Amino acid sequence: MMDEQSLPQREKEPQAAVVVCPDGPLLIRGDFEIVSSSGELLPRQRKTVALCRCGATGIKPYCDGSHKLIGFRTEFTEPEPNEAQSP
Amino acid sequence: MKFPSARGPVSASLLDVLRGPADQGYEQTHSLRKAATQGVAATESLISDEDLQLALFCLYELHYGGLDGADERWEWNLGLLAVRQGIEARFEQELRAAVELPDLDAVSSDEVASVLFGLAAVDSGPSMSRYVAKEASLEQLREFLVHKAIYQLKEADPHTWAIPRLNGRPKAAMVEIQADEYGGGRPDRMHSALFARTMRGLALDDTYGAYVDAVPALTLASTNMMSMFGLNRRLRGAIVGHLAIYEMTSAQPNKFYGNGFRRHGFSSDVTWYFDEHVEADAVHEQIAGRDLAGGLVESEPALLADVYFGAMAALAVDAQLSARTMAAWKAGDSSLRAPLPVNA
Repeated sequence: MMDEQSLPQREKEPQAAVVVCPDGPLLIRGDFEIVSSSGELLPRQRKTVALCRCGATGIKPYCDGSHKLIGFRTEFTEPEPNEAQSP
Repeated sequence: MKFPSARGPVSASLLDVLRGPADQGYEQTHSLRKAATQGVAATESLISDEDLQLALFCLYELHYGGLDGADERWEWNLGLLAVRQGIEARFEQELRAAVELPDLDAVSSDEVASVLFGLAAVDSGPSMSRYVAKEASLEQLREFLVHKAIYQLKEADPHTWAIPRLNGRPKAAMVEIQADEYGGGRPDRMHSALFARTMRGLALDDTYGAYVDAVPALTLASTNMMSMFGLNRRLRGAIVGHLAIYEMTSAQPNKFYGNGFRRHGFSSDVTWYFDEHVEADAVHEQIAGRDLAGGLVESEPALLADVYFGAMAALAVDAQLSARTMAAWKAGDSSLRAPLPVNA
């Protein structure tokens, strides 16, 4: 018999999760689609994918590890004070 | 796999034992155990000892696909396990002596991943992949595949031994990676099947173990190391570190390898294996570094040193193998024990 108490709780679980990898790609795991801007499904070979966010990959939109070669960094750095924008 | 040819007294004695029935227990292996003890005591370098690495390879093979016609009861024969442990003890000792571990101060999974990515970045490996991309001849490409075939035709299997030894986050990570290695449910996409396709494209025999006689001890040592880490529960940190560093040193070299085969006019059918690894391992390295290796260290902090050991031993053995292969090629020689027959 179905446990009606637990169902709403389970439905609240996210369908997919994005892992923000330090100095690397965005890892997406779960139930999701990757589509073009016009809504067409893009070729996808695996359940969990890594999307490029450094821009240097040769297999867009997927990661090919190029971020390591270009020294891509994702940690937040305090912007230098910009004199032009100072009051 | 078919029975290989012996390379010395230990492998000769072992193959002799394996040709008989496993019905007399421990005593049946008396002369083999004596030969192995003497062999281990006498060797100057077990990592490059032809006789002992072949013997170890055959002993591990009993746990994988077996040797054609050998009595399957040999797998758990106490005498053969004793021989295996004797060789393993010296092998592990040499591997530990060959590496200098980084500081053991990483605590979080992000810190462990960061150290491993750092180790992968200083890997001296790219010279091999750049050579394959730009200079290797067709014969050298075929030799390259023959060396790789020893592991790649059972790709992922040695790491799979670790799954029941892990729990929670590292276990889920290992299974996620391995499921992808095994084709995500599609047998024709298993990485071992893609590699077999590449071999056929270069008119090579894709039967598992077909080229064991052709490869030197170092090639066998590279695979034996994984089997040792995978089959010994106490070395679960090392097999996890090994997988992490393999994933982290894979995407870029595989791009170069694919380019080498394209340069010789091979189609995407042949380069599929390499192209697949560029995309797959860019995913796997993130999971392996943070969730697998990092997750294991968070749950079992005492395993940090062995995670690094497994990673660095992998880099050290494969660097030795690359150096040996490149030296042979630059001297105009074959990197195999005997050159491949042309178009065989």
